Amino acid sequence: MATKTICGKTVQVNEEGFMTNPAEWDKDIAVELAIEEGIVELTPQHWKVIDFCRNNAPNGKAPTLRQITSGSGLSTKELFGLFPKGPAKKVARIAGLGKPEGCV
Amino acid sequence: MTEETRKIAFICSKGNLDMAYPALIMGWAALGNGIDVTIFFTFWGMDMINKHRVDHLQIPPVANSSMKMNLMGVPGYVGIPQIMGVLPGMTPFATHLMNNKMKELGVPPVREYLEMLCDAGAHMYACKMSVDMMGLSMDDFVPGVEAIVTAADFMDMTEGAQIIFI
Repeated sequence: MATKTICGKTVQVNEEGFMTNPAEWDKDIAVELAIEEGIVELTPQHWKVIDFCRNNAPNGKAPTLRQITSGSGLSTKELFGLFPKGPAKKVARIAGLGKPEGCV
Repeated sequence: MTEETRKIAFICSKGNLDMAYPALIMGWAALGNGIDVTIFFTFWGMDMINKHRVDHLQIPPVANSSMKMNLMGVPGYVGIPQIMGVLPGMTPFATHLMNNKMKELGVPPVREYLEMLCDAGAHMYACKMSVDMMGLSMDDFVPGVEAIVTAADFMDMTEGAQIIFI
């Protein structure tokens, strides 16, 4: 298992760069990972999504996009606006979780 | 990142309920992974975007050898006799079962799925020849269908894309 140093902390990551131990995640790491994903600033709306994912991640896997929109109250448009070009992967990676396991 | 965005185009040519879902599911997965999605509806696939038809797509049990009675809770892989499949009510019954299964799995109905895809940035087009053949116009389509285009237009707009025919 590879490791990576983010904000001075060493965390475990898989070959795609997703953190594998959700307990190693914190908000500073999220800010740094977001920058890597091209999101320069995490707004309260971004945090709403990230917090929802952190609170709804059985086995450390991020919820699917549809679970995020139906659970967090954000629309599909808003979600794709907040995390453009691939929100499913981006949200999971920034939230320190694995890729979602569902298809919808 | 310097690599170009991957592009996928789907051609939806079927109007049966079971054949409506593949492009929707794969298109949604593609959008979630940052891939550009274009969907071209043609022939029977026009039913998927026809606002009068989209909520009434069906799955007929006739000539579908993979449809077994385990959908109805009968254990094993017992087939549905073809002669039963032609009885009045069998197609609505099979459709009802499939819609229920989809609902259980949290999969949205086709109309809502198309809305999601559109909101997520998918581009959707109707086939000119099918429109002419079936006497349709833009007024018959659900929101999100951008234009009626020819086969040649489709070829131009999908340059460099991976194309999946359904």
